[in-house]
Amino acid sequence: MTPHPAPEAGPFLGRLSLEALPLHEPILVATFAAVVIGGLAVLGLITKYRLWGWLWKEWFTTVDHKRIGIMYMILGLIMFLRGFADAVMMRLQQVWAFNGSEGYLNAHHYDQVFTAHGVIMIFFVAMPFITGLMNYIVPLQIGARDVSFPFLNNFSFWMTTAGAVLCMVSLFIGEFAQTGWLAYPPLSGIAYSPNVGVDYYIWSLQIAGVGTTLSGINLIVTILKLRAPGMGLMKMPVFTWTSLCANILIVASFPVLTAVLALLTLDRYVGTNFFTNDFGGSPMMYVNLIWIWGHPEVYILILPLFGVFSEVTSTFSGKKLFGYTSMVYATVVITILSYIVWLHHFFTMGSGASVNSFFGITTMVISIPTGAKLFNWLFTMYRGRIRFDLPMMWTVAFMLTFVVGGMTGVLLAVPPADFVLHNSLFLIAHFHNVIIGGVLFGLFAAINYWWPKAFGFKLDVFWGKISFWCWVVGFWLAFMPLYVLGLMGVTRRMRVFDDPSLQIWFAIAAFGALVIAAGIGAMLVQFGVSIRRRKELADDSGDPWGGRTLEWATSSPPPDYNFAFTPVIHDLDAWHDMKRRGHQRPVTGFRDIHMPGNTGAGIILAGFSLVMGFALVWHIWWLAALGFVATVGGAIVHTFNYKRDFHIPAATVVAVEDARTRQLAAGA
Amino acid sequence: MSADPHHAADAHHEIEMPHASMRDYAIGFILSVILTAIPFWLVMERPFSAGATAAIIMGFAAVQIVVHMVYFLHMTPKAEGGWSMTSLIFTIIVVVIMLAGSLWVMHHLNTNMMPMPHDPSQLP
Amino acid sequence: MSATTITTAPTTIDEPVRFYDLDEHAHPEGHSTMLGFWIYLMSDCLIFAILFACYAVLGGNYAAGPAPKDLFDLKLIALNTAMLLFSSITYGFAVLQMQQGRVKGTQLWLAITGLFGLGFLGIELYEFHHLIELGATPQRSAFLSAFFTLVGTHGLHVTFGIVWLVTLMVQLGKHGLVAANRRRVMCLSMFWHFLDVIWIGVFTIVYLMGVLR
Repeated sequence: MTPHPAPEAGPFLGRLSLEALPLHEPILVATFAAVVIGGLAVLGLITKYRLWGWLWKEWFTTVDHKRIGIMYMILGLIMFLRGFADAVMMRLQQVWAFNGSEGYLNAHHYDQVFTAHGVIMIFFVAMPFITGLMNYIVPLQIGARDVSFPFLNNFSFWMTTAGAVLCMVSLFIGEFAQTGWLAYPPLSGIAYSPNVGVDYYIWSLQIAGVGTTLSGINLIVTILKLRAPGMGLMKMPVFTWTSLCANILIVASFPVLTAVLALLTLDRYVGTNFFTNDFGGSPMMYVNLIWIWGHPEVYILILPLFGVFSEVTSTFSGKKLFGYTSMVYATVVITILSYIVWLHHFFTMGSGASVNSFFGITTMVISIPTGAKLFNWLFTMYRGRIRFDLPMMWTVAFMLTFVVGGMTGVLLAVPPADFVLHNSLFLIAHFHNVIIGGVLFGLFAAINYWWPKAFGFKLDVFWGKISFWCWVVGFWLAFMPLYVLGLMGVTRRMRVFDDPSLQIWFAIAAFGALVIAAGIGAMLVQFGVSIRRRKELADDSGDPWGGRTLEWATSSPPPDYNFAFTPVIHDLDAWHDMKRRGHQRPVTGFRDIHMPGNTGAGIILAGFSLVMGFALVWHIWWLAALGFVATVGGAIVHTFNYKRDFHIPAATVVAVEDARTRQLAAGA
Repeated sequence: MSADPHHAADAHHEIEMPHASMRDYAIGFILSVILTAIPFWLVMERPFSAGATAAIIMGFAAVQIVVHMVYFLHMTPKAEGGWSMTSLIFTIIVVVIMLAGSLWVMHHLNTNMMPMPHDPSQLP
Repeated sequence: MSATTITTAPTTIDEPVRFYDLDEHAHPEGHSTMLGFWIYLMSDCLIFAILFACYAVLGGNYAAGPAPKDLFDLKLIALNTAMLLFSSITYGFAVLQMQQGRVKGTQLWLAITGLFGLGFLGIELYEFHHLIELGATPQRSAFLSAFFTLVGTHGLHVTFGIVWLVTLMVQLGKHGLVAANRRRVMCLSMFWHFLDVIWIGVFTIVYLMGVLR
């Protein structure tokens, strides 16, 4: 069933040849042309305005957690546009391919589109977004100057980026996997996917996975070791708590993905028999193992956003969070429970009643702590003075939307119901309901909430509201029809349909996707308009929302060192406590501040890894070996650099802090 | 904050590191030799039934892992403000869930799913 | 700001409170490294857990090929285990030398540790070579795939440990027992002993239990 036979491998370029260029796909050729023209334009502009040195010195080699956080967000945004383009293509194909029409995508292309959509949205959109958010906010919230391992942070970012680049390269050189986003064998095995698609999948995830794991370790240690004096565990802001749990999940689950993909790699490259149909292999073992990673993964995505909703609800209700302790315990319980539910992703595998009952019940149990969280948010709002600024609007939209997604999740947790709904569009609707309604809405709340902190001006409200309404309405239009279709028995990943009565639902869904597109457009306009109007939207106070946590205690954007003096914490909602008790910002007595120094090692090592990954995809063994030796060798050379830090002289700190004093006085 | 690193820093201009002693290493090494030699001997000489031997050597392995943790890795409940121990316990829980869960799930799968006969006429 | 939230105000409200640490000391460099490295080891442990899980689930699928009984030579494995165990105690001696501030002694014991590590790798490679000669290749059955991958991954870790060891010896030669190097000696110590812990699992579950089966 493969459209092209596996190419012969040459000694020099491996499987790579001119035939790898998808010249027979007009859509890809046009996209390629657009990317080349757009890319050249960007490169030309950077060169024209002589920004290369600035980009390299201030951004690419930075170890500042704030800048790395922003770079993660930009990576997530770019990949989001790609992933959304895939989504629109699928909606278009599915509404088109009725009444004997084949649509406009052939099977080979369509299968890549749905695979790429899932992979990109999870690994290169959601993960960079939440990692970026945690990177930016967590050190500020705990009163730290940076993360524990600043160089590692830079390296993690570039490894994630290298993975994303490798994934994007597959668009124009060769192909991407046609297996669905988790690449189940035997389909993803060498016998059924002999081409490079799955190899691109494997290596882009492996390279990005290194970055994700290291960044998880980094943030855990940061939270455990660098909290400001007085900030006991139960005085940590909720967002920091949920970030801690999310990073624990990252460190305790991404190695599983790494190992499983490595075993699949061995099956494909060496001919071992882990997941093959013969010689004792068991494809279902792959499904079992990958979901041991996969289920914690969805909590990795949602937990930090639960933290965001907590911060936003509390701030915009002007009240302390209701049930802080129960919120923390609910988060921890979800963290643990997320390890004992993985089988609900494959009830239909055939493990039988006892296994299915166990995992069905544990799954339903998770709805208890999650429900507790929702009630906490509602009680926080109860009798509060709620301000419906954009972050709060997104939060309310989340509550309404996410509850529906949660309910359908509990429905799917009932094994007999799952036997009917498994792999149907009902499932698709469910997880988009929780991921868009939870993760994305949370990210938009977070972006609107923390943008003023990162850039010193608020986001434009008018375009923000347009984006909000388009997104929310578009979401319901796009996904409610999929619930209906799923109940009618339509399975996922279908390319053509026979039953004409289904078409109307796909038409509604496609229309919803267009409304979402308008929402994305409005959001980009919002960013553009806000940047242009930044003088009018400027916030001098550093605390535009009446915030409660420490990140609002410093200027917007914060200085390189975050806090001239480390804050001392006496209460939960430390900044609120400081404001309430009339703290005095110290204006004298500044000292040298010890900071980590920039390094180019991260981007260089990630570059070597990218070369190695590309070479491995195409079986260019000499280049792969070279890339490997360069990566390891480069890392060793880096360890010979013992001078990695510097001091910001007190004079500089004084200058920055005096400017801040004047800014505050002018704003008052 | 764990064990107030400021003071440690002031005292030694350095960070706290586990202190190792000859005694620890010697005890660890001797125990490890014993705990390794006995299982090998049990399996090579077979004084007990297979089931009993299996149980015993698994027990020895568990004990030896603890010995290594204590005497070679200097694991104490206090190290790093207790976070080393906490992360170890969490990891052990996750490992047990993964191993036991996978075995349970795959065993049930293999039991429930009909083995495919080579001759289709033998299908019930 | 809303004034509605003062209800829970602490009673110490009129005492002067310090909101900033005006006399702070920077965190000493590398104060998080040991914990960070330990957490890395925990994540590595999970990789091994998955390989063990695969061996446990697939280890009985011989596909009409050779079984552990036909393949494993326990005497060889005992020798191998001894190599690793000796390397553990010699690494311990290196740490003790470091604590007494002796660069040369530390380097010497690190070198001896490395030799034991190489001995371990040599024996393992000999075993693999022998098995492959017998036709018991990783491609032969799921059992052998799982076996070679689990034991091989441990071997790869030992290899990286030796590369690190050599790097560290050079760094000790260049900079002596500075704080950064002492930290590195302790991190590699954790890594090395951690591999020993994994090996306890390997020889018990793969080899001893395999021969029992």
